[in-house]
Amino acid sequence: MTAISNVSGSIRRRLTLQLLGIAAVLAALLFIMVMTFAKQVAEESQDNILTASATSILDSAAIQGGGVTVDIPYSALSMLGNVSDDRVFYRVTANGKFLTGYKGLSVTKPGRKQERHSFMTSHYMGESIRMVSATRRLSYASGPVEVTVSVAQTLKRQTETLERISTSAFYLGFGFFIAAAILGVLSVQSAVKPIQILADSVSRRGPQDLRAVQAPVPGEMAPLVVALNRFMERLKKSLTRSEEFIAEAAHRVRTPLAVLRTQAEIALRRVERPENRASLKEMIRAIDESSRAAGQLLDHAMVSFRTDHLEVTKIDLLELGRETLERHQPLAEMQDKTLIIEGETPPPVSGDAILIQNALSNIIDNAIKYAPFGEDIKIRIGTEGHWVVVSVFDQGEGFNETDIKHLTTRFSRGGNAENTIGSGLGLTIAEEVVQAHGGYLKLSNRKNVTGACVSFYFPQS
Amino acid sequence: MRYLLVEDNVKLAAAIMDRLTMDGHVVDHADKIGVAEDFVSTAEYDMILLDIMLPDGDGREFLSNHRSRQDETPVIVLTARSEVSDRVGVLDLGADDYITKPFDFSELEARCRAVWRRQSGGVTNAKRFGDVIFDSLAGTLNVGSQTVSLRNKELRLLEIFFGAPEVIFSKTKLVDRLFPYDEDVSENAIEVYVGRLRRHIASSSVQIITVRGLGYRLSLV
Repeated sequence: MTAISNVSGSIRRRLTLQLLGIAAVLAALLFIMVMTFAKQVAEESQDNILTASATSILDSAAIQGGGVTVDIPYSALSMLGNVSDDRVFYRVTANGKFLTGYKGLSVTKPGRKQERHSFMTSHYMGESIRMVSATRRLSYASGPVEVTVSVAQTLKRQTETLERISTSAFYLGFGFFIAAAILGVLSVQSAVKPIQILADSVSRRGPQDLRAVQAPVPGEMAPLVVALNRFMERLKKSLTRSEEFIAEAAHRVRTPLAVLRTQAEIALRRVERPENRASLKEMIRAIDESSRAAGQLLDHAMVSFRTDHLEVTKIDLLELGRETLERHQPLAEMQDKTLIIEGETPPPVSGDAILIQNALSNIIDNAIKYAPFGEDIKIRIGTEGHWVVVSVFDQGEGFNETDIKHLTTRFSRGGNAENTIGSGLGLTIAEEVVQAHGGYLKLSNRKNVTGACVSFYFPQS
Repeated sequence: MRYLLVEDNVKLAAAIMDRLTMDGHVVDHADKIGVAEDFVSTAEYDMILLDIMLPDGDGREFLSNHRSRQDETPVIVLTARSEVSDRVGVLDLGADDYITKPFDFSELEARCRAVWRRQSGGVTNAKRFGDVIFDSLAGTLNVGSQTVSLRNKELRLLEIFFGAPEVIFSKTKLVDRLFPYDEDVSENAIEVYVGRLRRHIASSSVQIITVRGLGYRLSLV
């Protein structure tokens, strides 16, 4: 049985995608925060060094011999470090007049008096620089002199550091994303698990098992389970009703037929005239035909019903064959026909014993009906590859080769069945049963003698 | 043989009783489980024919009560339901066989015989006429020290003759009792079986006499 359902989206996929999205956003935020912070720290530390450098130069500024002298201490430039090949520029002015350093270094606009330092980022000689300007007022006879020292450094090292940090931050964010994703998928799985457990417990059930689901489920799934239990309750009721209906229908049809048949037999005992006897016999034949048809229709209804709900057990087909044969023994004896069963206990077959017996019964019934008076009917149980084969041989006229293909269709009878009672459902029932067990039915004629052979192929369990 | 028929459909019961009486059997009829229980407790039967759907209960209940009383009287269930559904249960509950309505009386007889044969388990049911001993359950015929196994039709035919020696049976009657109705058998077939029986008892004091225009009868020489 293949189950097809209308699937629209998946809770698992939706939850997983949402969790992955959240993890990605958080990872990106983490990256941006780390980068911002790193940049801030890098800039601050550079600014501090630049400030220290500018301050130490400024400290060395003095007035000597009527002019401003600046003795640039070695440490002022060396503290800027030479780890990288960052270049350092400086410029000293007194009252806006250039004293020493790089002339082209643009001067910071003098800040307000209170501020001692001002920072700026600009370009010089084609490179980005960070520059600090510090101002000091020196007293002199002709008035105060404002000495401004600007120290600048290229940003190469800072950029390099930031690049390094950025790589690390990227790995950090990526790692965070992966870890969050794994945890997310795991938690989705554990959230979806009760659904899977419920589905398994329902599909593991036997076909006749319509009890309410008892397994504990999370509160969110309770309405589903309640609905499922109610549905099974209704299904159980309707199955019972249809079974009762079939039994009732059989009863209603067969009881009057039984009265009719018995009366006809009694009448046949009493009448003498050959014409009357012939018509009474004709009547009995007609009654038999209709009761057999009714019987097979009901059998067929029952078989169709049961093939959807197989009650599977392990079956020994030899044992089942014997039992079925014994049941037909009196019928065969009436016609001096002998029923023979041969074969050894085959490997077990899983199936519905009642259905298989019904199918076999129909075929043996046919064989008894079609075989001539006083002949043998043989059942052979054997194995062929992984099939267990039950063959029923009779010594009748055999199948008409042209009939073989359509004989198993409903209500079809062979061309050589005119004088025999039957509704033509026997082979159909047999085929439906064997197919419901994953096997097939083979019709053939016997090789060396006349007679038909019907073989059931059941897969070994 | 003495039958108890448990069947609630009055018309069907009457017809079955008529038909069984015709063959010389004695039949009591119960239309309810309660009545059937009364019959079983007061008389001995050779066979109980039991319907399943009864007005005051399920025939299967009667069956299981019957078996729990250790009553060995054989039971054949008459069922109108589908074989598939009914097979379950009745045999497990202790029925000896079941037959689906409407049934052929020769099939019913055949089933009864099979049940009795199984149950007798070797106990003989021999009848003697002249120097011939006939055991209808074992299907054997003893003439002097000779034992012959009979085929089914021969057995049935001899059963009819032994049931009423010296009574004339017409060919038509014999065909009716020997063959199912859905078979077209000519009355000449009877001649074949009578011929075979005559060969079996040729050396005995018993013979089958042809009564011209009327039929056959079993008689002593």
